Amino acid sequence: MDFQVVILAGGFSSYLVPLVAKEVPKALLPVANRPVLSYVLDLLESSNLKDLIVVVEGEDAALKVGGWISSACVDRLHVEVAAVAENVGTAGALRAIAHHLTAKDILIVSGDIVSDIPPGAVAATHRRHDAAVTVMLCAQPVSGPSESGGSGGKDKTKKPACDDIIGLDSLKQFLLYIAKGTEIKKDTRVKKSILCAAGKMEIRSDLMDSHIYAFKRAVLQEVLDQKPAFRSLKQDVLPYLVRTQLRSDVFSDQSNVEENGNGNGKNNMQNNEVVLSQILSNASMPSFHQVYESGLGTRKTHKCCVYIADESKYFVRLNSIQAFMDVNRDVIGESNHLSGYSFSAHHNIVHPSAELGSKTTVGPHCMLGEGSQVGDKCSVKRSVIGRHCRIGSNVKIVNSVVMDHATIGDGCSIQGSVICSNAQLQERVTLRDCQVEAGYVVCAGSEHKGETFARK
Amino acid sequence: MGAQKKPAAAKVREDSEDLSRQRLQAILLADSFTTQFRSITLERPKVLLPIVNIPMIDYTLAWLESAGIEEVFVFCCAHSSQIIDYLKKSEWYTRPNPNLLVRTIVSHNSTSVGDALRYIYEQQTETSQIQGDFVLVSGDTVSNMPLADLIQQHRDRKKKDEKAIMTMVFKKQSRLGIGSDQLFVAVDPLTKQLLHYEECNSRGGDFCLDKSLLDSTVLCSDMQDCYIDICSPEVLSLFEDNFDYQHMRRHFVNGLLVDDIMGYKIFTHEIQSSCYAARIDNLRSYDTVSKDIIQRWTYPYVPNIDFSGNRPVKLGRRGIYRASDAVQSHTADVGASTVIGYGTKIGNGGKIYNSVIGNGCCIGSNVVIQGSYIWNNVTIEDGCEIRNAIVCDGVKVRAGAVLQPGVVLSFSVVVGRDFVVPAYSKVSLLQQPTTEDSDEELEYADSSSGTADHSSGLNNLQIESKASELGPDGAGYIWEICDSAHDEEWKHSVVPIPMDKLADITGAMDDDDIEDDIVVPPSGELKSDTDIINTDANDSYGDFEREVEEEFLSAVEKDNKADIVIPLINSHRLAYNMDSADCAGAVFYSMMRLAVKSPHNSATELYRNAMGVITKWKGVLGFYLKQTDAQIEVIMKFEEMCQESEELSPLFAKLLPFLYDKDVVQEDAILRWGEEKAGADDCDKVYLNKCESFIKWLKEASEEEEEDS
Repeated sequence: MDFQVVILAGGFSSYLVPLVAKEVPKALLPVANRPVLSYVLDLLESSNLKDLIVVVEGEDAALKVGGWISSACVDRLHVEVAAVAENVGTAGALRAIAHHLTAKDILIVSGDIVSDIPPGAVAATHRRHDAAVTVMLCAQPVSGPSESGGSGGKDKTKKPACDDIIGLDSLKQFLLYIAKGTEIKKDTRVKKSILCAAGKMEIRSDLMDSHIYAFKRAVLQEVLDQKPAFRSLKQDVLPYLVRTQLRSDVFSDQSNVEENGNGNGKNNMQNNEVVLSQILSNASMPSFHQVYESGLGTRKTHKCCVYIADESKYFVRLNSIQAFMDVNRDVIGESNHLSGYSFSAHHNIVHPSAELGSKTTVGPHCMLGEGSQVGDKCSVKRSVIGRHCRIGSNVKIVNSVVMDHATIGDGCSIQGSVICSNAQLQERVTLRDCQVEAGYVVCAGSEHKGETFARK
Repeated sequence: MGAQKKPAAAKVREDSEDLSRQRLQAILLADSFTTQFRSITLERPKVLLPIVNIPMIDYTLAWLESAGIEEVFVFCCAHSSQIIDYLKKSEWYTRPNPNLLVRTIVSHNSTSVGDALRYIYEQQTETSQIQGDFVLVSGDTVSNMPLADLIQQHRDRKKKDEKAIMTMVFKKQSRLGIGSDQLFVAVDPLTKQLLHYEECNSRGGDFCLDKSLLDSTVLCSDMQDCYIDICSPEVLSLFEDNFDYQHMRRHFVNGLLVDDIMGYKIFTHEIQSSCYAARIDNLRSYDTVSKDIIQRWTYPYVPNIDFSGNRPVKLGRRGIYRASDAVQSHTADVGASTVIGYGTKIGNGGKIYNSVIGNGCCIGSNVVIQGSYIWNNVTIEDGCEIRNAIVCDGVKVRAGAVLQPGVVLSFSVVVGRDFVVPAYSKVSLLQQPTTEDSDEELEYADSSSGTADHSSGLNNLQIESKASELGPDGAGYIWEICDSAHDEEWKHSVVPIPMDKLADITGAMDDDDIEDDIVVPPSGELKSDTDIINTDANDSYGDFEREVEEEFLSAVEKDNKADIVIPLINSHRLAYNMDSADCAGAVFYSMMRLAVKSPHNSATELYRNAMGVITKWKGVLGFYLKQTDAQIEVIMKFEEMCQESEELSPLFAKLLPFLYDKDVVQEDAILRWGEEKAGADDCDKVYLNKCESFIKWLKEASEEEEEDS
């Protein structure tokens, strides 16, 4: 397939502080002890998309990501890592790497996705409609992606984070309108011309933009060149293309234009008449874009398509701490097919090299990384524990993520928290819904709830 | 058919005995309250116009009967006597044991659907003829959809939710509805509740969507309103309560959807594609519906079936319906989709395609008729050419005449020999009514209320006096098409839309879409905007004043209340960035202009006018006059106006005390104005001097007051 894939891996997302740090850019955050980026790469590989460009914000982060990629998958995939300046936005990042883009179509994937929706399907839809842009939509998680109850702190933060409002045509093929619900104050405007051309527009708020887009390269570059103020793909470029789909300013197909250039004016007219007479004779419409285009003669249209993922598919973007917790829980729990690990009969993974003390239990939906040690009389439930962690005795870990090389003293109780790598909890620390930054030391005997520990 | 259905339906409704006893009733409005068919409808009510040789109302009644309606109230307004006469003679009255009881309601002074329903409501108190839910249709509806289930659905919904008072019927448009106004509706996909209804004539620009609609809504632009409504009795009382509701859609539906105080809900029903429903509201839909009838979409209401006492015509190959006694020359070529009525004769070598020809017509040799509607007893002489025209009863088209596309010939017009009737012209024996009636909702015949018959006497006079507009031996007036409507004429006529126009519409669709990138405007840009406003403040005050005046005059015209006008003026005030003193000035200016404009002969009459206007509208003015500054502004404005207008200047001294009496301006303001002016030049003090005594009196009064206290 002549698709080039751009993975926008971002840099150090401010939403994820303190989980991300200098040492750990967002793309390398561990999900079930694998960097989140590896899930994206696996997903792309499964669709046989192997020509990838990973765009990272900031040189340092790029080095880190590049290092990981070269160690992990250089043999299977053809990956380039490109560093762009920080805070240029998604559109800015694409502008910066424009010279790398050569294929006819570009698939743009956010680097923080954990999903099992095949990106190949998006690419296929894109090609089938010869669209300028195809957007993948998936069901908005209403009550959280996982149905498994009983995870503390789940309910209160489960409001859908992004509230996309999406207008589709009656066949759910074309994207007619897109807006962010939070940005709409009182009312919004929909272009009548689009509405008239399409006949019906279904407005949905139960779908969300999954940040997987297929663009025609020529269109994308044209827009990026023409509109230097556009910063974000989602907020600027996509709405622009949707709005202008019936009077395209972008030459969606330059070769076509040249062919049609001079000699074919007459031909065009004939075509118009054919379609016009179809309108008059009440024939079924070819596609509203074609009808519209023919009516205008000089104007061009482009199609904005959607691919709506099946509701049963899993999709989460790792863009908040809550999402991080959810993803970790789901990948070793409900949606364990994503993790790529094989689970034991107890629905958990305990690495053979991990050492468990006596009377210690590791419940289902848990993961214990390579070389970790757990003391006596501990209980681990629905949690991920990284590699080479040292956990004392009488420790309770529930619904938490403990990253590599963390040290947890005797008698600690951890619930719904994230302990980053190299962090240390001294004895009898009680944490609930807390985040502990990498390398941070929490003093003995303290009790905390809903706090963030970071060096200022 | 209705009788068969009844027992089954009753069984279903066993639980609701009250409801099951209700008869299925319908209100049929035999008046469209529009002027779309003018020139024809001056002489005959629209519902009696034949469509494929059968009066429209018969289609509607036949459908209502078969749909199980037991009683229908025919509301007659214009030409009511003609309608009643027709009904009396028709099968609907003469048939023994009718399934459908037809009653008539006559009102001569209703000018809108709103008036009609209010009239019915008022009668209701005496007769209580409407017992429950009813179907509201207009007499120009052609349909074959079943209603019983729909009414049942409506009742069930009403039982669950008291506020669900109406169900509107929609149909998916099969054609691109170019030509008519574009209808936009928003419907809840699950409950089918109507959320938004908007009709507009432009297809460009933006469609404004309220945030509350964004949850999950289907926006449709391909739906057609069939104007078939299932209503609960509340609908009537709502019309009674809101006396300004005129139009069923524009006022009532939008009124419920927009300023929804009571929480009433309207639901929609989309009819299946196997059913047919359409309303004939202009000549274009007359054409479309005729074609649909010929093509049998409206089965069983087709020309070869007797559904209302009509004489069925035989259906031949290629969709040609021919009456058994029609005489046709062998050399005449009658093409597909054509109807030829009883007693019609067609001469040699004629070519007739896609047309309807009524009863008793006489068509000469070598006549070309294409896509036209020829009604009864029409004589067309040799060699005529008629394309896409409507030719009413008794018309004579003399040899060699040509009717260009879009012509409408009204009753008994005579087109002279070899005369060419220009495209889109409307011809009638009656003169075009003058367009002084600004009320566009007025129904036909200037609401001559069924008395058009006696005008036939007048006709003869007119024919004699001025008959040459259609050639030397012709008779009739060619109506002028007003300039504004000229461009629109092609939209509503029977002619298919010309290719170039079609391209134009689609092209024009978004010419008005100016490049509207939502590039976040750099804050500098905003600033420069306000700068412009400030520098142009003087200019824009003039504009502002004009806008306020327009707003005010329209309020006067519509007789709106102050609390409706004030928000409108406020919106201009915000748009022009004016303060309330400016508003007061502008409102006062508009009031005085109104007083000057209204007819008067003498200064005293003008004074009376002014007093009337001020008394009536002081509510609006008073809203802006809460501060003394604003009151002074009003006095200054008044002074300014007096300087400009000879008429007003003598009134200044009289009106100022009047304004004081009416509490429009208070003594503080007058005194301060006096003080301000005291130091001015003599020429500026003309008006101050004029009311010196009044000011003096004010001063004394206030001093006295102080002494008293």
